[in-house]
Amino acid sequence: MSVDAATVKKIASLARIAITDEEVAKIAPELDNILGWIEQLGEVDTSSVEPMTAVIANTLRLRDDVVTDGGKRDAVLANAPQAEHGFFTVPKVIE
Amino acid sequence: MTNLTDLGVRELRDGIRAGTFSAREVADSFIVAVSKAKQLNAFLVETPDHAIAAAKEADAARAAGETLKPLAGVPIGMKDLFCTKGVQSAAASHILEGFKPEYESTVSQRLWDAGAGMLGKLNMDQFAMGSSNETSYFGNVISPWRRADGGNAPLAPGGSSGGSSASIAARLCPAATGTDTGGSIRQPAAFTGIAGIKPTYGRCSRWGIIAFASSLDQAGPMARDVRDCAIMLETMSGFDAKDSTSLQLDVPKWEAGLNASLAGKRIGIPKEYRVDGMPPEIEALWQQGIDWVKDAGAEVVEVSLPHTKYALPAYYIIAPAEASSNLARYDGVRYGLRDLPEGANLQEMYAATRAAGFGAEVKRRILIGTYVLSAGFYDAYYTQAQKVRTLIARDFDRAWETCDLLLTPTAPSAAFALGEKSADPIAMYLNDVFTVPSSLAGLPAMSVPGGLDKAGLPLGLQVIGKALDEQGVLDACLAIEERAGFRARPDAWW
Repeated sequence: MSVDAATVKKIASLARIAITDEEVAKIAPELDNILGWIEQLGEVDTSSVEPMTAVIANTLRLRDDVVTDGGKRDAVLANAPQAEHGFFTVPKVIE
Repeated sequence: MTNLTDLGVRELRDGIRAGTFSAREVADSFIVAVSKAKQLNAFLVETPDHAIAAAKEADAARAAGETLKPLAGVPIGMKDLFCTKGVQSAAASHILEGFKPEYESTVSQRLWDAGAGMLGKLNMDQFAMGSSNETSYFGNVISPWRRADGGNAPLAPGGSSGGSSASIAARLCPAATGTDTGGSIRQPAAFTGIAGIKPTYGRCSRWGIIAFASSLDQAGPMARDVRDCAIMLETMSGFDAKDSTSLQLDVPKWEAGLNASLAGKRIGIPKEYRVDGMPPEIEALWQQGIDWVKDAGAEVVEVSLPHTKYALPAYYIIAPAEASSNLARYDGVRYGLRDLPEGANLQEMYAATRAAGFGAEVKRRILIGTYVLSAGFYDAYYTQAQKVRTLIARDFDRAWETCDLLLTPTAPSAAFALGEKSADPIAMYLNDVFTVPSSLAGLPAMSVPGGLDKAGLPLGLQVIGKALDEQGVLDACLAIEERAGFRARPDAWW
């Protein structure tokens, strides 16, 4: 399988990364090369193997369903590129 | 008078406790060394005030006759991947440039609670994606080492923890934090003639460490010798309720437990690690390492890890997949860079911000990750890679039936020149061929210096252990360290 310009544009759009035609022309063969190298994994017979879900056996802990944190609005907003009236602000999304 | 910057963690800790020198003298010596070494570009932010505050506290505690904390007055470097309250934590990226966290990572907090001070934030590959420290937005770190051929070609300090490795080798700090996703502690340690251990996955909390690939990311210490790594690791490890994969186990007393006798230990030599094109000097060092562990009393056995060759391709599915998900948070809304072109809508703002804020390698990995997780490809790539990961972990489990530890080279070459491999992503990825399998299996693994190659550059040996057997790993590395007698250090040209 090969990665063409249309595929690169589609995945860049899914990844929300703006990309120019020049960059597409450069990245397409790179990704094609890397994915081609990765495809050797297809040689491995995994028909009777479960995918790994935890690298070290561990039990997920439960805790009481109570509030343990909060009341830090200003700290949460402190690094926002733009914040007004105690909210993050973004370009208008509703016409 | 001893040059204080030549001392390691244990010597500094013990000297401050004994009153041989003050913590303030120590801090001042390292602060000066850091300020003089700008050419190495190892530090992104210098925090002398932090180191001095810790030193004053240590000196005051000693003057008051109090018992000193485990790392009282020891100044260290902090990889830029760790969030440090009020100090820029950018993962060496543009998109997080200027980000000053309102909180402290668990691992860094544990170090400060133990009395350590911070000299600054260390440069690294952007978002820990790289093996040469050439992907930092803030420029390459230059290794303090140079080839003995008289040429002054700037060499890679390894990556991603390249600021950590370079600054320790250059005696700018006695120890530093690193993080290891596929080799990012061990390979830079090998390239710069220092030691570094990635503990078992879950030993160190990931809370407050900027995420790359969460099922692989593990913090660990880098320092000049095995004992210093053990001291640092004891402080950095421990259960943290804020990380769901944190291991709820007591932290062993690794330093006190150090024992360089390997009598009764069986050390496996994985035959699949004899890769094509391995330089003869690496082969020779590996054989030397085998002789050293035998001399320390170990029995050496050949073992097979049959799926080794599939570890790198599996890693380059799993790590980018997790990265594409983890890095989705950088959207120009909550922190970091925002690029809002005139008239752009919200979606266009996201895309413009991410295009401007991420470097080429980060974009490459996000795109690979997005591709392998996209509809129609998920099973063929991601599920298959996670199945292969199961097989790789099973290889190790089988090996443990006949041995206790594994001995391998750390990297397939000595440090290369900056620029030498950056044009070919796969050539760069192959650097991690010996470190990635143990990362995929979550096992503790350590690099320790073994010797120099003909060009006068350091080479490292790697010991891999069973899950939770950091002690066995440290002990075997100590046995190697004692026999290697590695004393080489780069001449200060910076």
